[in-house]
Amino acid sequence: MCTTCGCGQGETRIEGRRLTEPVHAGAGGRIYRHVHAHDESHDAAHPHHPLQFHAHGMPQGRRVKIEQDILARNNGYAAANRSLLERRGILALNLVSSPGSGKTTLLVNTIAALQGRVPLAVIEGDQQTAHDAERIRAAGAPAVQINTGKGCHLDAHMVGHALDRLELMPGSVLFIENVGNLVCPAAFDLGEAAKVVILSVTEGEDKPLKYPDMFRAARLMLLNKCDLLPYVQFDVERAAEHARRINPAIEIIRVSATSGAGMEDWLAWLARERTAVVRDPPPEREAVPSGVQG
Amino acid sequence: MHELSLAEHVLQLMEEAAARQGFSRVRGVWLEIGQLAAVEVEALRFAFESVARGSLADGAALHVIELPGQGWCARCAATVHVGEQPAACPRCGSPGVQILGGTEMRVKELEVE
Repeated sequence: MCTTCGCGQGETRIEGRRLTEPVHAGAGGRIYRHVHAHDESHDAAHPHHPLQFHAHGMPQGRRVKIEQDILARNNGYAAANRSLLERRGILALNLVSSPGSGKTTLLVNTIAALQGRVPLAVIEGDQQTAHDAERIRAAGAPAVQINTGKGCHLDAHMVGHALDRLELMPGSVLFIENVGNLVCPAAFDLGEAAKVVILSVTEGEDKPLKYPDMFRAARLMLLNKCDLLPYVQFDVERAAEHARRINPAIEIIRVSATSGAGMEDWLAWLARERTAVVRDPPPEREAVPSGVQG
Repeated sequence: MHELSLAEHVLQLMEEAAARQGFSRVRGVWLEIGQLAAVEVEALRFAFESVARGSLADGAALHVIELPGQGWCARCAATVHVGEQPAACPRCGSPGVQILGGTEMRVKELEVE
Protein backbone atom coordinates (compact mmCIF):
# COMPACT_ATOMS: atom_id res chain seq x y z
CA MET A 1 0.00 0.00 0.00
CA CYS A 2 1.13 3.52 -0.73
CA THR A 3 2.38 4.82 2.60
CA THR A 4 1.30 8.39 2.02
CA CYS A 5 -2.29 8.15 0.92
CA GLY A 6 -3.18 4.57 1.66
CA CYS A 7 -3.99 3.81 -1.96
CA GLY A 8 -3.05 0.53 -3.51
CA GLN A 9 -6.02 -1.58 -2.68
CA GLY A 10 -7.68 -2.97 -5.72
CA GLU A 11 -6.18 -3.87 -9.02
CA THR A 12 -5.01 -0.59 -10.45
CA ARG A 13 -1.58 -0.86 -12.00
CA ILE A 14 0.64 1.77 -13.52
CA GLU A 15 3.16 0.36 -15.95
CA GLY A 16 2.35 -3.09 -14.67
CA ARG A 17 3.09 -2.28 -11.03
CA ARG A 18 0.53 -2.02 -8.32
CA LEU A 19 0.21 1.28 -6.54
CA THR A 20 2.34 -0.09 -3.73
CA GLU A 21 4.99 2.53 -3.28
CA PRO A 22 4.96 6.21 -2.56
CA VAL A 23 5.65 7.81 -5.92
CA HIS A 24 4.65 11.15 -4.45
CA ALA A 25 8.08 12.65 -3.92
CA GLY A 26 8.77 13.21 -7.59
CA ALA A 27 11.11 15.78 -9.00
CA GLY A 28 10.08 19.39 -9.20
CA GLY A 29 8.16 19.41 -5.96
CA ARG A 30 5.35 17.35 -7.38
CA ILE A 31 4.26 16.01 -4.06
CA TYR A 32 1.24 18.20 -3.44
CA ARG A 33 -1.18 15.75 -4.93
CA HIS A 34 -1.04 13.67 -1.85
CA VAL A 35 -1.02 16.39 0.71
CA HIS A 36 -3.88 15.44 2.94
CA ALA A 37 -5.61 18.75 3.12
CA HIS A 38 -6.71 18.52 6.69
CA ASP A 39 -5.26 18.70 10.14
CA GLU A 40 -5.47 15.09 11.05
CA SER A 41 -2.68 12.60 10.75
CA HIS A 42 -2.77 10.15 7.91
CA ASP A 43 -3.92 7.30 10.11
CA ALA A 44 -6.72 9.33 11.57
CA ALA A 45 -7.87 10.34 8.12
CA HIS A 46 -7.90 6.79 6.84
CA PRO A 47 -8.98 4.64 9.72
CA HIS A 48 -8.15 1.07 8.97
CA HIS A 49 -9.89 -0.02 12.12
CA PRO A 50 -12.80 2.34 12.54
CA LEU A 51 -13.88 0.62 15.74
CA GLN A 52 -11.00 2.21 17.58
CA PHE A 53 -12.80 5.52 17.28
CA HIS A 54 -15.71 4.30 19.32
CA ALA A 55 -16.60 6.94 21.87
CA HIS A 56 -18.33 5.74 24.99
CA GLY A 57 -21.48 7.33 26.25
CA MET A 58 -22.60 8.41 22.79
CA PRO A 59 -26.36 8.39 22.41
CA GLN A 60 -27.58 5.58 20.17
CA GLY A 61 -28.65 6.41 16.65
CA ARG A 62 -27.61 10.04 16.50
CA ARG A 63 -27.70 11.88 13.19
CA VAL A 64 -24.58 13.31 11.63
CA LYS A 65 -24.73 15.86 8.81
CA ILE A 66 -22.23 15.10 6.07
CA GLU A 67 -23.31 17.16 3.02
CA GLN A 68 -20.37 16.06 0.91
CA ASP A 69 -20.24 15.32 -2.78
CA ILE A 70 -19.68 11.61 -3.32
CA LEU A 71 -16.97 12.48 -5.82
CA ALA A 72 -15.40 15.17 -3.62
CA ARG A 73 -12.20 13.19 -3.31
CA ASN A 74 -11.90 12.59 -7.04
CA ASN A 75 -12.70 16.23 -7.70
CA GLY A 76 -9.99 17.30 -5.26
CA TYR A 77 -7.38 15.24 -7.07
CA ALA A 78 -8.70 16.54 -10.39
CA ALA A 79 -8.33 20.14 -9.18
CA ALA A 80 -4.73 19.43 -8.18
CA ASN A 81 -3.97 17.81 -11.55
CA ARG A 82 -5.57 20.74 -13.36
CA SER A 83 -3.61 23.26 -11.33
CA LEU A 84 -0.30 21.51 -12.10
CA LEU A 85 -1.12 21.25 -15.81
CA GLU A 86 -2.27 24.84 -16.11
CA ARG A 87 0.75 26.22 -14.30
CA ARG A 88 3.01 24.46 -16.75
CA GLY A 89 1.00 25.54 -19.76
CA ILE A 90 0.10 21.96 -20.68
CA LEU A 91 -3.00 21.22 -22.71
CA ALA A 92 -4.52 18.03 -21.30
CA LEU A 93 -7.28 16.32 -23.27
CA ASN A 94 -9.38 13.42 -22.01
CA LEU A 95 -10.17 11.20 -25.01
CA VAL A 96 -13.33 9.17 -24.52
CA SER A 97 -15.23 6.78 -26.77
CA SER A 98 -16.61 3.27 -27.12
CA PRO A 99 -14.05 0.50 -27.51
CA GLY A 100 -12.88 0.23 -31.09
CA SER A 101 -13.59 3.80 -32.23
CA GLY A 102 -9.98 4.20 -33.36
CA LYS A 103 -8.66 6.35 -30.50
CA THR A 104 -5.21 4.80 -30.43
CA THR A 105 -4.73 4.89 -34.21
CA LEU A 106 -5.84 8.51 -34.20
CA LEU A 107 -3.31 9.23 -31.46
CA VAL A 108 -0.49 7.42 -33.24
CA ASN A 109 -1.11 9.44 -36.41
CA THR A 110 -1.50 12.67 -34.44
CA ILE A 111 1.87 12.01 -32.81
CA ALA A 112 3.42 11.36 -36.22
CA ALA A 113 2.07 14.71 -37.49
CA LEU A 114 3.22 16.73 -34.46
CA GLN A 115 6.53 14.97 -33.83
CA GLY A 116 9.38 17.41 -33.36
CA ARG A 117 7.06 20.43 -33.40
CA VAL A 118 5.11 20.08 -30.16
CA PRO A 119 6.17 18.19 -27.01
CA LEU A 120 3.71 15.38 -26.45
CA ALA A 121 2.87 12.87 -23.73
CA VAL A 122 0.23 10.19 -23.38
CA ILE A 123 -1.49 8.44 -20.50
CA GLU A 124 -3.13 5.22 -21.67
CA GLY A 125 -6.03 3.71 -19.74
CA ASP A 126 -7.15 0.13 -20.32
CA GLN A 127 -8.46 -2.62 -18.11
CA GLN A 128 -5.58 -4.91 -19.07
CA THR A 129 -2.40 -5.02 -21.21
CA ALA A 130 0.20 -2.41 -22.08
CA HIS A 131 -0.39 -2.78 -25.84
CA ASP A 132 -1.57 0.76 -26.35
CA ALA A 133 1.28 2.42 -24.43
CA GLU A 134 3.71 0.32 -26.48
CA ARG A 135 2.07 1.53 -29.71
CA ILE A 136 2.34 5.13 -28.52
CA ARG A 137 6.00 4.77 -27.52
CA ALA A 138 6.74 3.14 -30.88
CA ALA A 139 5.16 6.21 -32.49
CA GLY A 140 7.66 8.37 -30.62
CA ALA A 141 5.86 9.87 -27.63
CA PRO A 142 6.44 9.11 -23.94
CA ALA A 143 3.54 7.10 -22.55
CA VAL A 144 2.42 5.68 -19.21
CA GLN A 145 -0.01 2.80 -19.12
CA ILE A 146 -2.64 2.60 -16.39
CA ASN A 147 -4.45 -0.72 -16.05
CA THR A 148 -7.65 -0.29 -14.14
CA GLY A 149 -8.18 -4.01 -13.49
CA LYS A 150 -11.92 -4.34 -13.10
CA GLY A 151 -12.41 -0.58 -13.18
CA CYS A 152 -14.43 0.89 -16.02
CA HIS A 153 -12.89 4.38 -16.05
CA LEU A 154 -9.81 6.36 -15.11
CA ASP A 155 -10.06 8.53 -12.03
CA ALA A 156 -8.11 11.63 -11.07
CA HIS A 157 -6.08 9.82 -8.42
CA MET A 158 -4.68 7.28 -10.93
CA VAL A 159 -3.92 10.08 -13.36
CA GLY A 160 -2.08 11.97 -10.62
CA HIS A 161 0.18 8.96 -10.10
CA ALA A 162 0.73 8.65 -13.85
CA LEU A 163 1.63 12.37 -14.08
CA ASP A 164 4.40 11.73 -11.54
CA ARG A 165 5.96 9.30 -13.98
CA LEU A 166 5.92 11.53 -17.04
CA GLU A 167 8.44 14.18 -17.91
CA LEU A 168 6.04 16.93 -18.86
CA MET A 169 7.67 19.74 -20.80
CA PRO A 170 6.04 23.16 -20.57
CA GLY A 171 3.82 23.72 -23.58
CA SER A 172 3.14 20.00 -24.05
CA VAL A 173 -0.03 18.43 -25.25
CA LEU A 174 -1.02 15.58 -22.92
CA PHE A 175 -3.49 13.05 -24.29
CA ILE A 176 -5.27 10.92 -21.70
CA GLU A 177 -6.83 7.98 -23.49
CA ASN A 178 -9.61 6.82 -21.22
CA VAL A 179 -10.97 3.29 -20.95
CA GLY A 180 -13.27 2.58 -23.91
CA ASN A 181 -16.66 3.24 -22.33
CA LEU A 182 -19.27 5.89 -23.11
CA VAL A 183 -20.87 5.85 -19.66
CA CYS A 184 -18.66 6.03 -16.59
CA PRO A 185 -15.80 8.30 -17.72
CA ALA A 186 -18.32 11.14 -18.11
CA ALA A 187 -18.64 11.44 -14.33
CA PHE A 188 -14.95 11.42 -13.42
CA ASP A 189 -13.08 14.68 -13.89
CA LEU A 190 -9.37 13.98 -14.40
CA GLY A 191 -8.22 17.59 -14.41
CA GLU A 192 -8.28 17.87 -18.19
CA ALA A 193 -8.86 21.08 -20.14
CA ALA A 194 -11.50 19.37 -22.26
CA LYS A 195 -13.04 16.02 -23.08
CA VAL A 196 -12.89 14.95 -26.70
CA VAL A 197 -15.40 12.27 -27.65
CA ILE A 198 -14.61 10.07 -30.62
CA LEU A 199 -17.49 8.52 -32.54
CA SER A 200 -16.68 6.29 -35.48
CA VAL A 201 -18.99 5.96 -38.47
CA THR A 202 -19.17 2.20 -37.96
CA GLU A 203 -21.26 2.93 -34.86
CA GLY A 204 -24.82 4.24 -34.81
CA GLU A 205 -25.54 7.90 -35.44
CA ASP A 206 -27.88 7.85 -32.43
CA LYS A 207 -25.08 7.26 -29.92
CA PRO A 208 -25.27 10.89 -28.67
CA LEU A 209 -28.91 10.26 -27.76
CA LYS A 210 -28.19 6.89 -26.17
CA TYR A 211 -25.23 8.15 -24.12
CA PRO A 212 -26.10 11.82 -23.56
CA ASP A 213 -23.92 12.38 -20.51
CA MET A 214 -20.71 11.83 -22.41
CA PHE A 215 -21.71 14.01 -25.34
CA ARG A 216 -22.86 16.75 -22.97
CA ALA A 217 -19.50 16.65 -21.17
CA ALA A 218 -17.40 16.83 -24.36
CA ARG A 219 -16.21 20.02 -26.04
CA LEU A 220 -15.30 18.35 -29.32
CA MET A 221 -16.67 15.37 -31.20
CA LEU A 222 -14.33 13.71 -33.66
CA LEU A 223 -16.22 11.72 -36.26
CA ASN A 224 -13.63 9.07 -37.08
CA LYS A 225 -13.26 6.46 -39.84
CA CYS A 226 -14.87 8.82 -42.38
CA ASP A 227 -13.03 6.95 -45.14
CA LEU A 228 -15.57 4.14 -44.54
CA LEU A 229 -18.63 6.34 -45.19
CA PRO A 230 -19.21 4.91 -48.69
CA TYR A 231 -19.51 1.42 -47.20
CA VAL A 232 -21.68 1.98 -44.13
CA GLN A 233 -25.12 3.35 -43.45
CA PHE A 234 -24.21 6.37 -41.39
CA ASP A 235 -25.82 9.77 -41.79
CA VAL A 236 -23.23 12.36 -40.78
CA GLU A 237 -25.78 15.19 -40.60
CA ARG A 238 -28.07 13.18 -38.35
CA ALA A 239 -25.18 12.29 -36.04
CA ALA A 240 -24.23 15.97 -35.83
CA GLU A 241 -27.84 16.95 -35.20
CA HIS A 242 -28.13 14.38 -32.40
CA ALA A 243 -24.92 15.59 -30.78
CA ARG A 244 -26.06 19.24 -30.95
CA ARG A 245 -29.46 18.34 -29.54
CA ILE A 246 -27.64 17.09 -26.42
CA ASN A 247 -24.91 19.73 -26.45
CA PRO A 248 -25.56 22.78 -28.66
CA ALA A 249 -22.03 24.09 -28.14
CA ILE A 250 -20.21 20.91 -29.19
CA GLU A 251 -17.68 21.29 -32.00
CA ILE A 252 -17.57 18.57 -34.64
CA ILE A 253 -14.67 17.56 -36.88
CA ARG A 254 -14.72 14.74 -39.44
CA VAL A 255 -11.52 12.75 -39.67
CA SER A 256 -10.08 9.52 -40.91
CA ALA A 257 -7.06 8.49 -38.88
CA THR A 258 -6.07 5.94 -41.53
CA SER A 259 -6.47 8.00 -44.72
CA GLY A 260 -5.47 11.28 -43.07
CA ALA A 261 -8.55 13.13 -44.30
CA GLY A 262 -9.60 15.89 -41.92
CA MET A 263 -6.46 15.54 -39.83
CA GLU A 264 -5.48 19.13 -40.64
CA ASP A 265 -8.73 20.37 -39.04
CA TRP A 266 -8.05 18.33 -35.90
CA LEU A 267 -4.45 19.58 -35.75
CA ALA A 268 -5.66 23.16 -36.18
CA TRP A 269 -8.10 22.66 -33.30
CA LEU A 270 -5.26 21.31 -31.15
CA ALA A 271 -3.02 24.25 -32.07
CA ARG A 272 -5.75 26.73 -31.16
CA GLU A 273 -6.49 25.10 -27.80
CA ARG A 274 -2.80 24.81 -26.99
CA THR A 275 -2.19 28.45 -27.79
CA ALA A 276 -4.96 29.42 -25.39
CA VAL A 277 -3.41 27.36 -22.58
CA VAL A 278 0.16 28.48 -23.19
CA ARG A 279 -0.80 32.13 -23.57
CA ASP A 280 -2.89 32.36 -20.42
CA PRO A 281 -1.10 30.40 -17.72
CA PRO A 282 -2.66 31.24 -14.38
CA PRO A 283 -0.45 32.95 -11.78
CA GLU A 284 1.77 30.71 -9.64
CA ARG A 285 -0.09 29.60 -6.60
CA GLU A 286 -0.05 26.86 -4.06
CA ALA A 287 -1.69 23.79 -5.46
CA VAL A 288 -3.88 22.57 -2.68
CA PRO A 289 -6.47 19.98 -3.62
CA SER A 290 -9.32 22.12 -2.39
CA GLY A 291 -12.01 19.50 -2.82
CA VAL A 292 -10.17 16.97 -0.68
CA GLN A 293 -11.49 17.05 2.79
CA GLY A 294 -10.52 15.09 5.79
CA MET B 1 -20.45 -0.27 -13.40
CA HIS B 2 -19.26 2.97 -11.85
CA GLU B 3 -21.90 2.56 -9.14
CA LEU B 4 -19.31 0.32 -7.47
CA SER B 5 -16.73 3.10 -7.32
CA LEU B 6 -19.40 5.50 -6.10
CA ALA B 7 -20.28 3.06 -3.32
CA GLU B 8 -16.60 2.86 -2.38
CA HIS B 9 -16.42 6.66 -2.27
CA VAL B 10 -19.46 6.73 0.02
CA LEU B 11 -17.82 4.23 2.36
CA GLN B 12 -14.63 6.28 2.37
CA LEU B 13 -16.55 9.45 3.30
CA MET B 14 -18.19 7.56 6.15
CA GLU B 15 -14.87 6.25 7.46
CA GLU B 16 -13.44 9.76 7.38
CA ALA B 17 -16.47 11.13 9.19
CA ALA B 18 -16.12 8.32 11.77
CA ALA B 19 -12.56 9.40 12.47
CA ARG B 20 -13.53 13.07 12.75
CA GLN B 21 -16.68 12.71 14.74
CA GLY B 22 -16.01 9.64 16.86
CA PHE B 23 -18.59 7.05 15.91
CA SER B 24 -18.05 3.40 15.23
CA ARG B 25 -21.15 2.20 13.42
CA VAL B 26 -23.34 3.56 10.69
CA ARG B 27 -26.95 2.38 10.81
CA GLY B 28 -28.32 4.48 8.02
CA VAL B 29 -27.10 6.71 5.23
CA TRP B 30 -29.03 9.29 3.23
CA LEU B 31 -27.85 10.07 -0.28
CA GLU B 32 -29.10 12.74 -2.65
CA ILE B 33 -28.89 11.54 -6.23
CA GLY B 34 -30.00 13.74 -9.11
CA GLN B 35 -32.00 12.28 -11.99
CA LEU B 36 -29.32 13.45 -14.43
CA ALA B 37 -26.38 12.08 -12.44
CA ALA B 38 -26.19 8.90 -14.54
CA VAL B 39 -26.55 6.77 -11.43
CA GLU B 40 -28.64 3.62 -11.48
CA VAL B 41 -30.05 3.63 -7.97
CA GLU B 42 -30.70 -0.12 -7.80
CA ALA B 43 -27.15 -0.85 -8.96
CA LEU B 44 -25.87 1.57 -6.32
CA ARG B 45 -27.86 -0.24 -3.60
CA PHE B 46 -26.44 -3.56 -4.68
CA ALA B 47 -22.88 -2.18 -4.80
CA PHE B 48 -23.26 -0.46 -1.43
CA GLU B 49 -24.41 -3.66 0.24
CA SER B 50 -21.34 -5.43 -1.10
CA VAL B 51 -18.73 -2.83 -0.19
CA ALA B 52 -20.25 -2.19 3.25
CA ARG B 53 -19.93 -5.83 4.26
CA GLY B 54 -17.45 -6.15 7.11
CA SER B 55 -17.09 -2.37 7.41
CA LEU B 56 -18.47 0.11 9.92
CA ALA B 57 -21.58 0.32 7.72
CA ASP B 58 -22.30 -3.42 7.48
CA GLY B 59 -26.06 -3.77 7.17
CA ALA B 60 -26.70 -0.01 7.13
CA ALA B 61 -29.93 1.11 5.51
CA LEU B 62 -29.41 3.11 2.33
CA HIS B 63 -31.95 5.88 1.78
CA VAL B 64 -31.84 7.52 -1.63
CA ILE B 65 -33.44 10.92 -2.10
CA GLU B 66 -33.88 11.42 -5.84
CA LEU B 67 -33.67 15.03 -6.96
CA PRO B 68 -35.46 16.12 -10.14
CA GLY B 69 -33.66 17.28 -13.26
CA GLN B 70 -34.15 21.01 -13.71
CA GLY B 71 -33.09 23.39 -16.43
CA TRP B 72 -33.55 26.92 -17.73
CA CYS B 73 -35.14 27.38 -21.15
CA ALA B 74 -34.19 30.75 -22.61
CA ARG B 75 -37.04 30.70 -25.13
CA CYS B 76 -39.72 29.99 -22.51
CA ALA B 77 -37.83 32.13 -19.96
CA ALA B 78 -38.78 29.50 -17.42
CA THR B 79 -37.40 26.75 -15.24
CA VAL B 80 -38.44 23.44 -16.74
CA HIS B 81 -38.29 19.81 -15.73
CA VAL B 82 -35.58 17.95 -17.61
CA GLY B 83 -35.78 14.21 -18.02
CA GLU B 84 -34.79 11.75 -20.68
CA GLN B 85 -33.65 14.17 -23.36
CA PRO B 86 -31.84 16.60 -21.09
CA ALA B 87 -30.99 19.26 -23.63
CA ALA B 88 -34.47 19.75 -25.14
CA CYS B 89 -37.15 21.88 -23.50
CA PRO B 90 -40.23 19.75 -22.72
CA ARG B 91 -42.50 22.78 -23.35
CA CYS B 92 -41.27 24.23 -26.62
CA GLY B 93 -38.81 21.55 -27.76
CA SER B 94 -36.00 24.01 -28.28
CA PRO B 95 -32.53 22.63 -27.67
CA GLY B 96 -29.94 24.08 -25.38
CA VAL B 97 -31.70 23.99 -22.04
CA GLN B 98 -29.17 24.97 -19.41
CA ILE B 99 -29.00 22.35 -16.68
CA LEU B 100 -29.61 23.87 -13.24
CA GLY B 101 -30.13 20.83 -11.07
CA GLY B 102 -30.34 17.07 -11.08
CA THR B 103 -26.66 16.15 -11.37
CA GLU B 104 -26.14 15.93 -7.59
CA MET B 105 -24.44 12.97 -5.92
CA ARG B 106 -24.14 13.79 -2.24
CA VAL B 107 -23.89 12.05 1.09
CA LYS B 108 -26.37 14.08 3.08
CA GLU B 109 -26.63 12.54 6.49
CA LEU B 110 -25.78 9.48 8.56
CA GLU B 111 -27.44 7.75 11.46
CA VAL B 112 -24.60 6.56 13.66
CA GLU B 113 -23.83 5.12 17.04
